Amino acid sequence: MAKSIQMKNVDIYYGKFHAVQDVNLSVPPRAVTAFIGPSGCGKSTVLRTMNRMHEVIPGARVEGRVELDGEDIYRPAVDPVEVRRAVGMVFQRPNPFPTMSIRDNVVAGLKLQGVRNKSHLEEVTERSLRGANLWNEVKDRLGRPGGSLSGGQQQRLCIARAIAVQPEILLMDEPCSALDPISTLAIEELMGELKKDYTIVIVTHNMQQAARVSDQTGFFNLKAAGQPGRLIELDNTEKIFSNPTEKATEDYISGRFG
Amino acid sequence: MAQAVEVKAGNSRLIRAQLSRRFLAAIAAGAIAVTFALFIATPLHGLVGFVLVAAVLYVVAQTVISNVVEGRRAAMNRLVTSVVVVCACAAVLPLVAVLGFTVIKGSAVLDLSFLTHTMRGVAEQDPYGGIYHAIIGTLEQVGLATLLAVPFGLLVAIYLVEYSTGRLGRIVSFFVDVMTGLPSIVAGLFIFALWILALGQSFSGFAGSLALAILMLPTVVRSAEEMLKIVPDSLREGSYALGIPKWVTVVRIVLPTALAGIVTGVMLAIARVTGETAPLLLTVFGNPALNFNPFSGAQASLPLFVFGEAGLPNETAINRAWAAALVLILIVLVLNIMARVIARFAGVRS
Repeated sequence: MAKSIQMKNVDIYYGKFHAVQDVNLSVPPRAVTAFIGPSGCGKSTVLRTMNRMHEVIPGARVEGRVELDGEDIYRPAVDPVEVRRAVGMVFQRPNPFPTMSIRDNVVAGLKLQGVRNKSHLEEVTERSLRGANLWNEVKDRLGRPGGSLSGGQQQRLCIARAIAVQPEILLMDEPCSALDPISTLAIEELMGELKKDYTIVIVTHNMQQAARVSDQTGFFNLKAAGQPGRLIELDNTEKIFSNPTEKATEDYISGRFG
Repeated sequence: MAQAVEVKAGNSRLIRAQLSRRFLAAIAAGAIAVTFALFIATPLHGLVGFVLVAAVLYVVAQTVISNVVEGRRAAMNRLVTSVVVVCACAAVLPLVAVLGFTVIKGSAVLDLSFLTHTMRGVAEQDPYGGIYHAIIGTLEQVGLATLLAVPFGLLVAIYLVEYSTGRLGRIVSFFVDVMTGLPSIVAGLFIFALWILALGQSFSGFAGSLALAILMLPTVVRSAEEMLKIVPDSLREGSYALGIPKWVTVVRIVLPTALAGIVTGVMLAIARVTGETAPLLLTVFGNPALNFNPFSGAQASLPLFVFGEAGLPNETAINRAWAAALVLILIVLVLNIMARVIARFAGVRS
């Protein structure tokens, strides 16, 4: 478990629009990597290329190499379904499946991949919910609909759902932006625990959050509206927030931006 | 008038003069009284005319008085409110009238024997006879049409929403739109020409089902398409992110989420074709005797039965037509109630 990601000369397009230009980065295993930057600078787009999720949007394509432990996930022979089994994702808005109970939501990935063994599913349900710090809150009502939980609980349910399929990497696209501070704290603590087993990449608009949870931070920026976004700098979180190399990073972090 | 109008205007600029309920009732009573006077003094007559004249008088009087007492904006508000209420009533009225008339006329003949006997050997003036054969025919024809149209329509909708990206999708979508406006007799003629004339098949319930299926298809496709479209993309992405293939996502995540709406759409399509007469004339043909086999020989159906009996110059036959029409309405009603029950228990849990 827990693999690394390398991006080499990655350019991302939506149709004719050049969204992200020439990204080179390396995400180490068993650590939290945070992406920060202004809206529209391509940080979510970069995140979504890591599990080929950006392909869901018609016309999107990628040039360059995205490697999972050295293996290019954009070779023609690679099945995106297999990539997504290895690289899980948690979204900005909690999206539990509305037709399913809490239990079925957690094991949806396994069940819909054809796992039938009941005791195994039971075991995975408990382990994943414990892993997402949700077990104690829902253990008495696993049959209730996933939509009956609060927003913060739903987001942890989605994290439980993502780790139930035991991915190598967990991508999180602004996972706390729809949550209140208490739920946010719960998820940040959870990230601290999850990084013992998983490689985590998180996109966040909240710089304090990046400073609190991440081991390394990448700053994305774009020159002007309509221009492609670029990775300005990626370094240890401490260094980014205390002594960044690039002036743009310092301006953004200190709030002197734009 | 000073007592009847509650003038609340005091020191506050926020309060305006308002017509009281009692005063409005007085206007209504006045309008009815004036109408009475008109109907006695002039050659006007009839209940419908009375209601209409009284309503118009009331609306005019209310607007004029309100304009004087309450001001222009309030008067306009009252006028438009009245017009909207009248229009709503006018829209519901024919529906209630049709239902009420059918229930009154139909219940006179409707009994258990009517439901369990056929018209075999029954002459038009005979008081007995029944619609058992027509009920069986309608259920079989509509059932078969549903079996043909629903899976097919659902697959088309899934293709349009989940898979099509380019020109083919637009072409299919265009033809579905065109089919929505297809006159039902044309569907019947088409099957008559293709199935019975060109392919040499006999009249049968199944031929009718084919015509009905053509009519159901666009309704099913459109309603299912709308329902699939409103399933949020975040659910699809959530499923893909778990490494679930696209077709499993469609079948296990998207379809169940949209199920309630799809069931409602299907039931509406069924209800719509259950009353179709024209396409059955040329394909099912009609039969006074019971024919259980929808794949061979002419069959009866409720709309055909109503059409046939209502055209006969005989009171007993016409009464049978009313009773059959009532049964047809009841069948559609039961289908609608079933659709609502299924829609409530299926799909999204809350």
